[in-house]
Parts: sequence; C-alpha cells; structure tokens
Amino acid sequence: MQVETLGGGFSDPALQSAAAFRGVMEAMARPGTLQSVRGATPPAPLSAAAGAVLLTLCDTETPLHLTQGFDTPDLRSWIAFHTGAPIVGPSHCQFALGHWDDLMPLSNYQVGTSEYPDRSATLIVEMPDLKQSGATLKGPGIKSQASLSLPCITPFQNNAALFPLGVDFIFTCGETLAALPRTTEVF
Amino acid sequence: MNAQHEEPVTMDQDYNFAYLDEQTKRMIRRAILKGLAIPGYQVPFASREMPMPYGWGTGGVQVSAAVMTRDDKFKVIDQGADDTTNAVSIRSFFQRVAGVATTTRTADATIVQTRHRIPEQDLVEGQILVYQVPIPEPLRFLEPRESETRKMHSLEEYGLMHVKLYEDISRHGHIATAYSYPVKVEGRYVMDPSPIPKFDNPKLGDCAAIQLFGAGREQRIYALPPYTNAVSLDFEDHPFEASKADHPCGLCDAQNSYLDEVIIDDAGGRMFVCSDTDFCTMRQADGHKGKDAA
Repeated sequence: MQVETLGGGFSDPALQSAAAFRGVMEAMARPGTLQSVRGATPPAPLSAAAGAVLLTLCDTETPLHLTQGFDTPDLRSWIAFHTGAPIVGPSHCQFALGHWDDLMPLSNYQVGTSEYPDRSATLIVEMPDLKQSGATLKGPGIKSQASLSLPCITPFQNNAALFPLGVDFIFTCGETLAALPRTTEVF
Repeated sequence: MNAQHEEPVTMDQDYNFAYLDEQTKRMIRRAILKGLAIPGYQVPFASREMPMPYGWGTGGVQVSAAVMTRDDKFKVIDQGADDTTNAVSIRSFFQRVAGVATTTRTADATIVQTRHRIPEQDLVEGQILVYQVPIPEPLRFLEPRESETRKMHSLEEYGLMHVKLYEDISRHGHIATAYSYPVKVEGRYVMDPSPIPKFDNPKLGDCAAIQLFGAGREQRIYALPPYTNAVSLDFEDHPFEASKADHPCGLCDAQNSYLDEVIIDDAGGRMFVCSDTDFCTMRQADGHKGKDAA
C-alpha cells in the first residue's frame, strides 16, 4: 500500500517530465494527433498517460478536482506524495480528472474571464479508447481537418462558442493522449 | 562561418536539466499550453531571473528550457545569424546546462530560438520556433496602461492600432511600420510578432511548426499553433506589403531573402547580404555566387 504511494513516479523527473510535456504540447498544438507518454505507473484506475500529465503539470499551485471513481484513498495519497496538488471541488479547480460522464456538466468549471481567459480549467478525461476517427475537427493546429473519437459533440461545440473563454481537454487512454483546445471546431 | 554540428557536451551536473527548477518549468509549461489554446493571447507568467540581463533573450531562454528534451537539436539565431554574441552565448548556455546537441542548420534543428527573424527555409512539422520578445503588447506605445490594454484586448477594441497605421499613411504616403508589424490571429487577438521585419510576417500564418513567444522582462508568453491564421493589419486601398531591400544578396545572389546592409569602407561603399547566415552558407555551398563574393 505504502509502496504503491511512494512508487510509480518518474525515475528521472527532469528528463521524463520534459519528454512528457513535449507529448502534451504537441497534442494541444495539433488537435487530433495521438501522442505516446510513458514513465509513470500510477495506482489504478489512473492510466499511465494521465499519471504522467499530473506529474508534469500539477504541483502545490494547481488545485485538482477528482471525480468519483478517481477520488480514492490510494490515488489521493499518490497525488499528494508526488505532486502536492490540493484536492478541491470543480468550481475552483485548475485541473479536473475523471471519466467523461462524471466530469459533466462543463458549466461546473472555470472558463476564465474576458481579461484573463487563461484562468480556466483543463480537463483530463480518461477514455476507454482513443482513435483517430469519429468527430471531425477543424481549427488552429489542424492543416485541413482531423478526426478524434470524442465521447460526444454538443458540449465541445458549446465550449468552442465561448471563445476566447472556455475549458481545454486532454484525453488519456493507457499510454496514449490527445488534446482538444477551446479553439477547435467539432462536428 | 562554417556551418557545423556540435555533439552534446557533458552536462554540468551542478544544475538541474535545462537550468530551471522543476516547479518553474511546470509553471511555464502550463502557460505555454494555455497560450496554444488561446492563440495570440498573452499569458502572464512568473518570469525568473536568468543568468543574463533582461533584453538578452531571457523570455526565449525560459521557454526553450521548458520545452527542451535531451534528444533535441538546438539552433539559435540573432537577426538571422548563428555567429553573433547573443546566439553563441545562448547556444553554449544550453550545451552546458542541458547537454543538448546544437546545430546551425535550420533543417536539422528541432528547436530554433530566434531574435528578430524567421529562418528563410520553411519550417516543418516537429520543429519549434521560440521567439525572444522585448515588448509583447502591440498596443503598448499607443496606451501605456496595462489595465487599459488588457481591457482593449478583452473588448476586441483595436481601432487605435488602425489609427496608428492610418497616421503612417497620412504622414508618409504608405504604412511606414517596418518591423513588429501587428497581426490579427484567427480573427480575434491582435499580436506583436516581436521585432521581426515585416518581410517575415507572411511566414507567421499557416506555418507547420509550433511558434512560441517569450517575453522575460514583461512576463508574458504567447503562442501560434501550427496552421494558424495570422493576418497582417492593413487597409483595402493600402494592402500589406512584405518589403525588403531591392537588391540580390552580394554573396549568394539570392533574390528573395531578407538582406542586411553592410558598410564596407568609409567612402560610401556598401553591400547587401542575406541576414540568414545558414541560408546564405548553404546557397554558396551549392555554387551560387553573388557579385561581391570572394
């Protein structure tokens, strides 16, 4: 139990978080591309990719929301030991973690202000699978169009309509991740 | 200068990888992601003291440090040149604190940090262009108060910028702004592309590489994802024009590269040479010869 809490982090944090961030950045800059992110072995039910995202982006300065299913004692103590991120409710979080249905509705989260649209939440969505098919994506970062197996369409369209406000998404499944910024048109 | 690759030197173990501590890198990385999600919007970040003065590229250095991995090939240009003081010292800084390989070849680099130029050679997917930015706020010289410029961005109130360009026309007969020429990103935010010549502006939009902008003293990061729309501001009757000195390069005879004017004696002699040293060197190696070539 304690071994599981203390283990599972990056063995070489500086280099592995740099590599993981490049995956996240490429994903956010090129919506619809799949990136492989390795190095973290967090306790179940957290995927390796989601674990790496938490290790790379979260610390004591980033309030984190865990939805039911992820709000377990094991995961809380793993996150506390490796990142120190305070666990908060959805309305105050900078990052939220969970399955799509549990994360809904999007109106729970901060979307930024018109003067500071960057003060918005990033949702880390654990997916049963992640493929380059399904919903069509267009927008910055995409040459003509891309496809991604999104869980639904309407909430993303509503989120994009808020631009420049809105939340951003990182989708994780196993060691794979993809991302969807608020600028992407989904249809 | 002979273009060359330098293998990674052994990293100085007294520093964390890429100099910055991990918490600082996380903070910068979060700012970069929000910057990519809101193209052209300036994200505030807690810029750190770097071992070089403000104005020497501390913003670009912090962004490069936050995105760099051990496998990268790093190139630095200062006004297009690989061999000027700023470029040489930043390159050796990262050789020392990150043990990263460096290159002067644009095509081989994965990260290009730049001061005031975009390389002549088209960038490709997988490359990252990091700009050093002195004044990130395009409206700053028109409105000195940050509280006001922030409000103007939030209300999309860019009339003042058009007035400035119009005053250029009424005074000079054409838009006299030659560098830091403002662009509108995805029809929303007006962005300062850093003091690149307006000749480079058409390369900002629809670029295959990720473009990141770091302003250290002003504590702002902003970004253009690949294939993002960035339109130089203009008027229907005075369309934007990417201008350059009307000469070929004296060394490589390139007709379409951005040129530096170099004074070569005290009798009014001058020559025009490519500002992008790598581009010029490659062309000369391919056998192109300008009228001033030795």
